[in-house]
Amino acid sequence: MIPELGHFSLILALSLAIAQAFFPLVGAQLNKTRWMAVAKPAAHGQFIFLSIAFAALTTSFINNDFSVLYVATNSNSLLPVQYRISAVWGAHEGSLLLWSLILGIWTLAVSLFSKHLPPAMVSRVLGVMGLISIGFLLFMLFTSNPFDRLLPAAIEGRDLNPLLQDFGLIIHPPMLYMGYVGFSVAFAFAIAALLGGQLDSAWARWSRPWTTMAWCFLTIGIALGSWWAYYELGWGGWWFWDPVENASFMPWLIGTALIHSLAVTEKRGSFKSWTVMLAILAFSLSLLGTFLVRSGVVTSVHAFATDPTRGVFILAFLGVVIGGSLLLYAFKAGNIKSAGRFSLFSRETLLLTNNIILVVVCATVLLGTLYPLVLDAMGAGKISVGMPYFNYMFTLFMLPLVFLMAIGPLTRWKRQSINDLLGKITIIFIISVLTGIASYFMLGTISWSVAGVIALFTWIIGSSLINLYKRVENKPNKITALTTIPLSFYGMFLAHIGVAVFMMGVTFTSHYSEEKDIRMKPGDSLDMAGYNFQFEGATEVNGPNYRAQQGSIVISQNNRKITTLKPQKRLYLVQRSPMTEAAIDASLSRDLFIAMGEPLGNGEWSIRIQYKPLIRWIWLGTIIMAIGGLLSISDKRYRYKRKRLAS
Amino acid sequence: MKLRALLPLLAFLILVVLLGYGLTRNPKDIPSPLINKAAPAFDLPAVLNPDDKVSDKNFLGKVTVFNVWASWCSACRDEHPILVKFAKEHKTTIYGLNYKDQRADAIRWLGIFGNPYIASAYDVTGNTGIDWGVYGVPETFIIDKKGIIRYKQIGPVTDKIIADKILPLIRKLEKE
Repeated sequence: MIPELGHFSLILALSLAIAQAFFPLVGAQLNKTRWMAVAKPAAHGQFIFLSIAFAALTTSFINNDFSVLYVATNSNSLLPVQYRISAVWGAHEGSLLLWSLILGIWTLAVSLFSKHLPPAMVSRVLGVMGLISIGFLLFMLFTSNPFDRLLPAAIEGRDLNPLLQDFGLIIHPPMLYMGYVGFSVAFAFAIAALLGGQLDSAWARWSRPWTTMAWCFLTIGIALGSWWAYYELGWGGWWFWDPVENASFMPWLIGTALIHSLAVTEKRGSFKSWTVMLAILAFSLSLLGTFLVRSGVVTSVHAFATDPTRGVFILAFLGVVIGGSLLLYAFKAGNIKSAGRFSLFSRETLLLTNNIILVVVCATVLLGTLYPLVLDAMGAGKISVGMPYFNYMFTLFMLPLVFLMAIGPLTRWKRQSINDLLGKITIIFIISVLTGIASYFMLGTISWSVAGVIALFTWIIGSSLINLYKRVENKPNKITALTTIPLSFYGMFLAHIGVAVFMMGVTFTSHYSEEKDIRMKPGDSLDMAGYNFQFEGATEVNGPNYRAQQGSIVISQNNRKITTLKPQKRLYLVQRSPMTEAAIDASLSRDLFIAMGEPLGNGEWSIRIQYKPLIRWIWLGTIIMAIGGLLSISDKRYRYKRKRLAS
Repeated sequence: MKLRALLPLLAFLILVVLLGYGLTRNPKDIPSPLINKAAPAFDLPAVLNPDDKVSDKNFLGKVTVFNVWASWCSACRDEHPILVKFAKEHKTTIYGLNYKDQRADAIRWLGIFGNPYIASAYDVTGNTGIDWGVYGVPETFIIDKKGIIRYKQIGPVTDKIIADKILPLIRKLEKE
């Protein structure tokens, strides 16, 4: 009964989505107020029915209702309850439901926080979001219904993939989807503006907080995925340039470009058609990611079980949504007049450079992701382009971007005198170069490229601080003046520092990690990176749905015991799949990472021990970036404008 | 409407055609210009022990499977257990070409997933890979007793490919 209730709710949600798309969009074109008024109630109703459907599926999981095919495939009565809940989005059908629910949440949020917007604009935005929702609900109902029954019911479920039985999976997909789907708001705003011919700075100002919000979620979502891969795959790597990782990274790159380009459009009225294009691109890439993950056209560890009809459906959907919006763009963008002239050396130029670099990086990632597909389409089989290509291209483009990132915020809109800028940054530049040189000679084993990154790090931090100082330089009381600086400035300040922190983490981890795979019998010890690792043997422990061999390794430094790590080799009983549960001693300066390999008989084990300096900085950097994003959304400018427009 | 504004749409349509094409196609081998030619010469250090050498001379006198792999290649990870099983069950001579990889990564990879190879040549520069016309990783060649390349598989070897193509071909070549 409960699954049928869920199924029925989905159908009702679809009907409401159709109403939410049709009446407001047509009403806005024909200027019929009562048609436009359908938008909000329809959006609220859709959200309610999506919630009911989601709750129905969750209930089926909690109750172990193995007469539901999806539950029987992805759960088990021995599965702990928190994983039964997260198993809802553990596979294709349920994760689509989560996608739709999150779209419903964003739609609800737009309808609630848009009282200050012109009714036609709100109607169009909600209408476009309704259109997207129709596509996903049709997709779910026709090809991937999570409520399909299994008759006769299974006695026991096939269990959730053990890789996914982890805290990381509970939160990674929802965060990621909040990001992906969040870009639909920026997309809907862009389409609404194109339809209404209202591409002005007001439009940019409305879009900005939504875009930044989605970007924050995406940042955190990607970082969580990377963190999860690091500790759960037992490999010690944190990024693999896997097609599915790329699928989440490409919208992030374009989203980052969009945030910067929206700033220009809001403040200067320039870059209008470019900004619209980026808003369309960011969401299109989110959809493309969905296609890549679910159609089976690329090989990936993340890929869902594939089914050709699904691929055809999503491709058709992509064609309609992206093709349709690009067609609309082609018709309307020619009429967009960008105001605000600027000279060659100005903040606009630097932000344009930022945008170009980010788009080029995104294009190289797309090329690397699709290149195997191109060969595949030519009948050349499935291959990987691999990390060497991505690492090389990414570093090549990102280093200049990061260098310019330090200068951008210090330059003026419209025109910047070079002498004036040099006056601000020469000292920092010299200090950075000296820091780089000093670290090369003082830190001993360091290479010039690492010294360069240290210089770059100093350069970003230094110029950010200079920028902060310039803001209060002429104020009588500099400390209180700090509190009058808008939050959006601090947001940018933090986000840029986050990038610097991230960069340091990546550099040190990739240059100075040490790792050994060794054979250890109880009592053996290994000295590495200044630590002593002593293996005390392995014992058997039992979990709710797995058995494990748990090793015990005592780590000491200078004969002082630091900690005992207990990595596990698990065997999940239902799927008979072995899993490596690494044990990690984490700190800001380094991680000690231990994973059990294979038992070699007589109590001996192959054990992988890794020393990863500054690896936490990678995720710390992304958290700082996201906090920066949240700060800029909290800027009172957005709320003030709202009140003023409302009155 | 400006024509320039249509460019994004055009680029997208090309992408759709490509993606649609990708949906319909299954991996197939394409004829390599090297088929029925002598195996390109190389002489490289082995992965496990840099003092050992692996060269095309090793292939002479027996039917050899030559598999291009790398630890960074995700498709290789799918393929590897099949190769390990194949080597064990059929006593086939398999050599590896470790393509543009780091030695430590490669050794660890073999340690974890098993080593089906008699030896793997360590091609850190990728030059040997280029001589052999490697498109991407993984690729698999079959070389007859005289050192002539008789078959090339682009993309991972599957159980079906082994049963349908590789094994019959090896049996045939062994009788030559």
